[in-house]
Amino acid sequence: MGKQGGVKLPSSDSFYRWARSKGVTRRDFLKFCTLAAAMLGLDAAAVPKIVQALETKPRMPVIYLNLQECTCCGESFLRSAHPLVADLILNMISLDYMEPLMAAAGEQAEAAKAKTMKDYNGKYLLVVEGSPTLGDGGIYCTIGGKTATSILEEAAAGAAAVIAYGSCATNACVQGAYPNPTQAVPVRRVVTTKPVIDVPGCPPIAEVITGTIVHYLTFDKIPELTNQGRPRAFYEHRVHDGCNRRAFFDAGQFVESFDDEGAKQGWCLYKMGCKGPTTYNACAVTQWNDGVSYPIKSGHPCIGCSENNFFDNTPFYTHLADIPNGAIGFNPDKVGVGALGVAGVGVLAHAAATGAIKGREKEEKKGS
Amino acid sequence: MPTRIVVDPITRIEGHLRIEVVLEGNKITDALSSGTLFRGIEKIVENRDPRDVWAFVQRICGVCTHIHAIASVRAVEDALDYRIPKNANYIRNIMTLTQFVQDHVIHFYHLHGFDWIDVVSALKADPAQTSALAQSISGWPLSSAGYFRDVQTKVKTLVESGQLGIFANAYWGHPAYRLPPEANLMGVAHYLEALNWQKEIAKVHAVFGGKNPHPNYLVGGMASAININGNNTINIERLNLVKTKIEEAQTFVDQVLMPDILAIANFYKKDLYGGGVRNYLAYGGVPTVDVRNPDSYLFPGGIVLDRDLSKVYDIDLKDPKHIQEFVTHSWYRYDDPQAGLHPWQGRTEAQYDGPKPPYENLDENKRYSWIKTPRWQGKPMEVGPLARFIIGYARGNQRMRTLVDDALKKLDLPLSALFSTLGRTLARALETKYSVDHLAGFHADLVANIKAGDSAVFNPDKWDPSTWPATAQGVGYCEAPRGALAHWIKINKGKVESYQAVVPTTWNASPRDAQGQIGPYEASLLDTPLANPDQPLELLRTIHSFDPCLACATHLLNREGEEMLNLRVI
Repeated sequence: MGKQGGVKLPSSDSFYRWARSKGVTRRDFLKFCTLAAAMLGLDAAAVPKIVQALETKPRMPVIYLNLQECTCCGESFLRSAHPLVADLILNMISLDYMEPLMAAAGEQAEAAKAKTMKDYNGKYLLVVEGSPTLGDGGIYCTIGGKTATSILEEAAAGAAAVIAYGSCATNACVQGAYPNPTQAVPVRRVVTTKPVIDVPGCPPIAEVITGTIVHYLTFDKIPELTNQGRPRAFYEHRVHDGCNRRAFFDAGQFVESFDDEGAKQGWCLYKMGCKGPTTYNACAVTQWNDGVSYPIKSGHPCIGCSENNFFDNTPFYTHLADIPNGAIGFNPDKVGVGALGVAGVGVLAHAAATGAIKGREKEEKKGS
Repeated sequence: MPTRIVVDPITRIEGHLRIEVVLEGNKITDALSSGTLFRGIEKIVENRDPRDVWAFVQRICGVCTHIHAIASVRAVEDALDYRIPKNANYIRNIMTLTQFVQDHVIHFYHLHGFDWIDVVSALKADPAQTSALAQSISGWPLSSAGYFRDVQTKVKTLVESGQLGIFANAYWGHPAYRLPPEANLMGVAHYLEALNWQKEIAKVHAVFGGKNPHPNYLVGGMASAININGNNTINIERLNLVKTKIEEAQTFVDQVLMPDILAIANFYKKDLYGGGVRNYLAYGGVPTVDVRNPDSYLFPGGIVLDRDLSKVYDIDLKDPKHIQEFVTHSWYRYDDPQAGLHPWQGRTEAQYDGPKPPYENLDENKRYSWIKTPRWQGKPMEVGPLARFIIGYARGNQRMRTLVDDALKKLDLPLSALFSTLGRTLARALETKYSVDHLAGFHADLVANIKAGDSAVFNPDKWDPSTWPATAQGVGYCEAPRGALAHWIKINKGKVESYQAVVPTTWNASPRDAQGQIGPYEASLLDTPLANPDQPLELLRTIHSFDPCLACATHLLNREGEEMLNLRVI
C-alpha cells in the first residue's frame, strides 16, 4: 500500500533564488524581467512588479500534453467545480502548455513549452492526456513533426512528477483495445525514471484530477497511491462499495431488462453487465458534474472505464460471470434467484466473483 | 520568393492538426491541411457486439462527446429497424441541443476568442467605459465598473507575475486585432464567466447519461428509467434540475453570447475573407417526431452547390454514388488508390509513406494526412453551422431566416457576407440561439408525455440478438456541433462486420482528392491575408472558424526549406 506515497519533491523556491543558485547574476535577472515586460507590450512601470513576483514563490508550472486521445479528459478538467478551473489555472498553477486552451500556436507554443522545461528543470509538473504510440516508429501521432513518444520522453526528463491523466494515459484505452492497430501503450511504458501517478477513467471525474494537482501544490508531495499507482483518496474503493443501488444487490433485487419494473424501482444493474464490483473509482462517492449523478444512478451499468483493458472486458451488457474468459465459475442468475430475500448470500457471491476477477487481472499483468 | 509556412500544432482545437501554406507577399497561394493522429477505432470495433459499439466510437471525440454515440446507436437501430420510445427521442434531443449550446459557447470564448479578443489590450481599458459599453448592449447584471476593474486586476496580476500560463507567447498587439481596449476587457470577463457557466449546462447530460463528458447511451432507447414517484430514477427533482439548467443557458446565450457576437462582429465586418469551397452539406437532424421523418427535423438537410440558394439538392446516404471516400492523398491502402468507396464498402487500412519524424514539411503532391477525403458526387463540401443555416435558409426555414436577416441587418451586411470566416462564426452563434430556444420546448414535450401516462424510455423488442436477421446494414446520421456526422455499420451473425464513420472534420479538413480538388480548410485559406507572416493570426482565425475537431488535426510551422521555397515553421 502506498508504495510511492509521501515522496518528497523539490521545494518550490522563488524563481529568483533558484536562478541565483544556478549562477545567474542579479543583473541578468533584471534584464530578463525587462525583456519579459517588453515581450508583453508592457511599459517600464511593470518591470518592478515582475521582479517582485519572480522574487517570491512562483505558481507551479504545469505542462499538459495531449497525445493519442479524444480530449474528453481536457473537457472533464474544465468541468471542475472545486476548485473552479478558472481559479486553478489563473491563481494556483501556471498552465504553460496545454494545446486546447493556450493562446499561442505552432512554433510560439512549442517555445513556451521549451522555456518552462529549461527555466524550471526538475520543478514542473507534467500532466499527460493520451497514449504514446510505438507502432511503425511512432508515426500514428505527431505534433510539430515530432512523434508523440519523443515529445513525452523529452518533457518527462525534466519533470518533478508525471500525472498519467485518463485511461488513454494509464492503459491506452480504446485505441489500445484489440487489435491495438497503432501499438498504443500506457505512459508508464515510456516514462520509467520519474514518479508516475495514474489517474484513470474515461474520462476521470473533474474534481479527481484537479484534486490530485492541488494535493501536490498544497502538501508539496504526491498523494499516497494504491498498489496500482493511483491516488488512494479517489481509487481505494470499488464503485460497488459506495453504490446507491448496493442494498438491492445485497437483497438480490436485480434489473433483468432495461426499463423493466426493477429499473423503475432503481434496483441493482449487476445482471445488465455492471462492472461496479470490479471497478476502483470515486463515482459513487464524489459523483459527476459537481455531484449530480454517476452512470449507475442514471440507470446504465458501469462499464469499468477506470480499469485496465476495460474495452476488452466486454460485451458490456453481459454480466461479469458470463463474460467468456473462463475466469469466473459462478452464475448470478442462479444465485440471484436463490438469494431473493436472503440478504448476505449475494454479498458472498460477489466477493467470490471479485476475487476471481482480481486474480485474472494479476495473470494478465504477468503476461504483459 | 514564395515562403512556405508551417503551423503545427494548431492549438485551441481538439486533436492534432497541421497547416502548411505557401505565402507570396502577404497572400496565401496554396495550403495543405493534415491530420496527424490515427487510432484505428473502426478496425477495433470489428467483430464486437453492435450494442457495445457506441461506447467505443463515442471516444472518437470527447469534445463533441455524446454525438458519436447517437450516430452509432442510430446506425444499429437503422440496420435492425428498431424503433425507440417517444421519451427516448425527447431525451436524445435535449442532450443534443445541450451539447450544441455548451460546445458552441466554449468554442466562441475559449477556442476562438483569442483570435478576436486581445487580452493584453484589455489592461489599458477604462473599466467605467467597459461598463457603459456592456450596459448599452445587454441587461446582464455583471456589468458594473467595479466588476470589470476586478477582472482587469486579475489579469494584470497574472501578467505582472511574469508567469503568463495560457496567455504566453501569443500574438497580442497584432494589427489584425480590431477591438478597442474596453471591448477587449468585456471579452476577457466573459471568457472567465463562460468557463464557469459551461460546467453547469453539462449537468443535463449527467442527469440522463450519468456523466459528462461521455454520457451513456443505449441501443433501443435510453437507460435512464422514468418513475415520477421513484427516488432512484428520473423524477420531478431530476426534471427540475434540467429545467433550471436550460433556463440558465437561455439567459447566458441571450444576455452574454448574442450581444457579444454582434458587438465584436461590428468591428470586424470588413474582414470578409475565408469563404472556402462554395458547396454546403447537411444531413439534417434533431427529429422532433421520429428520425424516419425528415420533415420533422429541427435542422433541415440537403446540399447547396456553388452558393446558389435557389436550389437545394437531396442527399441519400445509402446511395453508393452520393458519398464516397478517397485516399489518394491519405495514408491508407485501397486496392485501387484512385477509387472512391461508399462507407459500406469502405476500408481503414493504415499505410504510412510520409516523411520519417522528426520532419520539417509535408508534400501536397504525395500523401499527407490521416484524414480521408469524402466527396458528395465528387464535390468537396463544407459542413457545420454555416452549412446548416445556408441550407435552412434555402429550404425556407422561417426561424433560421429571421435569425440571419436580423443579425445581418444589425451589422449592415449583405447575405453574401455569410460566406466568410466571420460568417461561419456568426452562424455558429445564431445556431446557439436557435438551439437554446428549442430546449425548453423539448423539456415541456417530455413532461407532457410523462403526464399523459407514457414513461417508457426503452423498447426491449429487438434487444436480444437472436431476434436479428443474419445480416443487416444501417446508417446512423445526425448533425453534430461541427457538422454532418454519419456512421455506417454492417452486421453479420450478431457481430460488427464492418464500421465506417465520416465525421464533420473529415469533410472540412480533408486533403486533396483524386481530381486534385482541395478541401474546405485549404480553400478557405487561399484568400486569407497575413499581415505578419511570423504571427499568422488570420490563418488561425479562419481555421478556428470551422471549430476543428481532429481526434481530427493541423500545426503552423515556418522553416528554411527546399530550393524553390523559403520554409518557415511558426
